[in-house]
Amino acid sequence: MTHHRPFVDIRHAQKCYGELEVLKDISLQVEQKQIVAIIGPSGSGKSTLLRAINDLDPLTSGEVWLDGVQVNKLLPHTQYEKHINQIRQQIGMVFQHFNLFPHLTVRENITLAPKLLKGISDDEANVLAEQQLEHVGLIDRIDYHPSQLSGGQKQRVAIARALAMKPKLMLFDEATSALDPELVEEVNQVMKMLAEEAMTMIIVTHEMGFAESVCDRVLFMDGGVVVEEGAPEVIFRNPTQERTKNFLRKHLEGVK
Amino acid sequence: MDIDLILRVYPHFLKAAILTIELSVLTAILGLVCGSLGAAARLSRFQALHFLGAAYVSLFRGTPALIQLFLLYFGGPQIGIQLDAFEAGVIGLGVNIGAYMTETIRGAIISVHKGQTEAARTLGMSSWQAMRYVILPQAFRLMVRPLGVNINALIKGTALVAAISVVELTYTAQRYIGSTYKPFEMFLLAGALYMVIIYITGRGISWLDRKVRIQ
Repeated sequence: MTHHRPFVDIRHAQKCYGELEVLKDISLQVEQKQIVAIIGPSGSGKSTLLRAINDLDPLTSGEVWLDGVQVNKLLPHTQYEKHINQIRQQIGMVFQHFNLFPHLTVRENITLAPKLLKGISDDEANVLAEQQLEHVGLIDRIDYHPSQLSGGQKQRVAIARALAMKPKLMLFDEATSALDPELVEEVNQVMKMLAEEAMTMIIVTHEMGFAESVCDRVLFMDGGVVVEEGAPEVIFRNPTQERTKNFLRKHLEGVK
Repeated sequence: MDIDLILRVYPHFLKAAILTIELSVLTAILGLVCGSLGAAARLSRFQALHFLGAAYVSLFRGTPALIQLFLLYFGGPQIGIQLDAFEAGVIGLGVNIGAYMTETIRGAIISVHKGQTEAARTLGMSSWQAMRYVILPQAFRLMVRPLGVNINALIKGTALVAAISVVELTYTAQRYIGSTYKPFEMFLLAGALYMVIIYITGRGISWLDRKVRIQ
């Protein structure tokens, strides 16, 4: 029997801020090409869990593995830096507040990391930027600065920037939460497109409709634990846990 | 007011003003070097460097610049540091203003939103690459104006080196008072020349600030 190795493997993740335990022994496996949504009230630990995957918020204890390599290895500082930079090149991350580099043009935002880290030439970098912008439908904004873009456009550029590193995994940390309602859809469209291209994705979101239509699995987190997980139709239509039902009911009222 | 006297002596004051400018430029350069090193030390992850940077700032901001100058110029020879007055002035004032610039530069760096570092590190950049290509270009824009304030203070601070007999503007004014007994005219002339220097510098800083802010 061959031993199965999950693509993303989080084992007994625990995270404490002083006395406060924000992640309580969470384990999560994600297979290649899977799309997993993490939902839950604010303060439930969902963003912390996501940020532990690329060690942006290091765990207090537990392990994170990506494609057979431990992400949060204990190494001497210099070795750890080298190791984590290597790993992070394979994990794209999209933030709630975009975090585009405001002093650079859209083109430069996309090409900075590939040029520095993959040593590609200016010509190759330009082709890469054009491809990525074509992909998210913003080729006409290539020489704009981030301040000249709408929120939705900024987020699409942020996605293009992450994709330019050719990641194996994409993490979305409330990618549409900071957007005006009418701009949410254009970002959702880009994420749907990635789903169709079989990108592995872990998505922290408040968009239940989006989670239901795009994701293979949904995790409901509350108080630092995974309360319930399953297929979207189960979690959204027939949740078994009281806390899940309460959250979804409140959320629905909030939306209306 | 003795206008004739002013017209007669002002070429000498202009020469002194040149020295004040030289002193200011060299002091500013040394201050920026000290400030950059100090800020790097204060932001270092090495505890010892961090402490050293903090000690530098509190020591030099916590004592009068005049005492630091006297200590260096008059006290220096006692411990084997022989400097002429101009050198002592540049080094004393430069290291002093460097302590203020340390805080200015550090403040600009830490006020760049932490999401910027996160985005850079998430793409796989090293902490140095993130600093060099993402944080510093943004911090530089934020520090132009406050560094301008430091430089303004430094220019006026050069008057202190009159006390160790560097023949700059203030010392020149004092010397001419000794021979003319006209302190009002002499100090007015010196003050006016300081103002011209500071005005021009201020315009330069504003220009630089606008230039880096566009986009």
